[in-house]
Amino acid sequence: MSATAAATKSNKPAYVVCEGNEAAAIGVGLSRPDVVAVYPITPQSSLVEHLSQMIADGRLRADLMNVEGEHAVLNGLQGVALAGGRTFTATCGPGLAFMFEPYVRTPGLRLPMVASLVTRDLLSPQCVWGGQQDAMVVREAGWIQMYCETVQEILDTTVMAYKIAEHRDVMLPVNVCHDGNYLSFGVTRVELPEQQAVDEFLGPPNINWHIALDPERPMGVDPLTGGAGGPGPRNFVRYRKGQCRGMQNALRVIREVHAAWGERFGRYHAPLVEEYRLDDADYALVTIGSMTGAAKDAVDTARDAGEGVGLIKVKTFRPFPLEAMTAALGKVTRVGVVDRSVSFGWNSGPVYQETLGALYRTGKQISAISFIGGLAGADITAEHFARAIALTREAQFGRAQEPVWLNEND
Amino acid sequence: MQRQSRDHFDASTIPDDLAPIATVLSKMLPGDWRSQRPVIDRRKCVMCSLCWLYCPVQCVTEKPRWFEFDLAVCKGCGVCAQECPQRAISMVEEAGR
Amino acid sequence: MHEVRIHGRGGQGAVLACAILAQALIDDGKHAVAIPSFGFERRGAPVAAFLRFSDAPIRAMTNVYHPDCVVCIDPTVHRSVDIYAGMKPGGTVVLATTAKPDEMKLPDAVERVGLCDAVGIALPIYRKPVTNAVMLGAFARTTGLLSLASLKEALEQMDFRDAGLTQNLDAVERGYNETRVYDLSKVAHAAAVA
Repeated sequence: MSATAAATKSNKPAYVVCEGNEAAAIGVGLSRPDVVAVYPITPQSSLVEHLSQMIADGRLRADLMNVEGEHAVLNGLQGVALAGGRTFTATCGPGLAFMFEPYVRTPGLRLPMVASLVTRDLLSPQCVWGGQQDAMVVREAGWIQMYCETVQEILDTTVMAYKIAEHRDVMLPVNVCHDGNYLSFGVTRVELPEQQAVDEFLGPPNINWHIALDPERPMGVDPLTGGAGGPGPRNFVRYRKGQCRGMQNALRVIREVHAAWGERFGRYHAPLVEEYRLDDADYALVTIGSMTGAAKDAVDTARDAGEGVGLIKVKTFRPFPLEAMTAALGKVTRVGVVDRSVSFGWNSGPVYQETLGALYRTGKQISAISFIGGLAGADITAEHFARAIALTREAQFGRAQEPVWLNEND
Repeated sequence: MQRQSRDHFDASTIPDDLAPIATVLSKMLPGDWRSQRPVIDRRKCVMCSLCWLYCPVQCVTEKPRWFEFDLAVCKGCGVCAQECPQRAISMVEEAGR
Repeated sequence: MHEVRIHGRGGQGAVLACAILAQALIDDGKHAVAIPSFGFERRGAPVAAFLRFSDAPIRAMTNVYHPDCVVCIDPTVHRSVDIYAGMKPGGTVVLATTAKPDEMKLPDAVERVGLCDAVGIALPIYRKPVTNAVMLGAFARTTGLLSLASLKEALEQMDFRDAGLTQNLDAVERGYNETRVYDLSKVAHAAAVA
């Protein structure tokens, strides 16, 4: 769907009815990248198809780089970024796996790239449906990761991602993550920001002032660094500390950019962590991504029945919002963390495993249960959340608890 | 349908939560939802095997002088008719809906 | 809040039909979300699409398990899938079929049924049994939840890959006009409505 409702006489903003993948493509178009490189993979394919249609129609003036696979996608875009061009790609699952080498290189080079992850489960077992395993597996690579709850949030966050990535205090690549199928193909109303307002919001691109392939500024890009003798060790530490500082700065910049977006466009999305009915809650669910909608419905239903339950949603997972999570978790005595992926090392979900770190920082005895649901395209419904709420209510501190696999008996 | 070359494998000694394998043949056949089916003019067939090669569901079988379609499996995509160099295959509407 | 489930087969446009409904309802001022569900993306495989719409904002991005209304745009997919699973009592079904209501085995939950020979209407228009636009008309006629005019406006905003706009407008109008609606809640006899 590509039509826009015309502005009415009262100058109401335009909207479109589209799927999440198209919302992402629209966000990309508004951000005016110079080069888009793509390789299709379910459930991302329609995103790159929308982009290529936008370019073919002249609605997006970008070069479309068709390459033989995702490895070439990101290698090519690194060249573009080093030459000062704004870039975009999208991938997921095996496509992300295929671009792993340039993917881990990008944060070390401090390239401000934006890549959508239309998250899906990883094979094996063989599957093509949504999950979050792919994004979670690469969480230590050094990319910023934000997870969208709604289709509108995908468009808004995609634009914001460029402002965050290219901020002088950040200069790090950003993954905008949205759940495969439920968000990628979920169709609903999306408000469209005006191009001029987005241009003003983003300002001029800020891509390669610090590392470049530019004949006017000759420099060696990514020379051999490290080793046991000479200046190697301290050089390497200096770069890694700088990368960590960039990530910590991103916590502040993400908050600032979301606030600026809210002021300019009238839509406020919680930047790091969202607290829902938490202040007077005894216990809470922790959620991430599109599952949050049904979870909020389940929380409301439980509240109507007299339960003191709230919800904490993680939007920014990298950098991990330790302070915000600690503040939220400290308000309750029990949490049920719902993951859409698995941490094999911890026999739990990864958001659960990292929440344990934040729980430690609260200094309080807070019980936690790991729930795992929505793998390989499974649905996490309000009924599943009702079960999670009931089990979380009964959680006891210090009692060993196996993870609860929500779809086990579906 | 092709005959299996060996007996059905008994997987009962392998735990069912170990590795993702499948040993039971599915009965779902694409012929169920066909709205048109291929009909071959046997006089025109020269046994070139292109229809057999192209068929996405492998429903084409070889007869002495022509190729035939297993209608339990054929889903009516029409690729065989499109590709036959002799134009020996036509697609006809399925009766009844 | 209304919950609709649309059943069909890959390649017939069930998923697009659901999105078109969402467009029409949103243009009418409602909140609506359409979500598809499918296995491998190939022609012929059973496909379902889910629609929620309401006057209030909708947060859940999940499938529909207890539809008020079931639409089936393919005459044969009910053999592979239980298209009526989870239907709420007092529900409506809209079916692409040449059968009459007394020839059909409908669950007790169904109180209203709309029947349309969608394949018969589609074949002369498209030369293929692509029933989605026809069944959109059938849905509007059977449920009265949106007008033919709203549907046509929504269609005019689409980019169609496989068919022209005039074909689709023609199909939706014929689907609307040629659907027979039966109210099963009347005791003993099904009566043709309109």
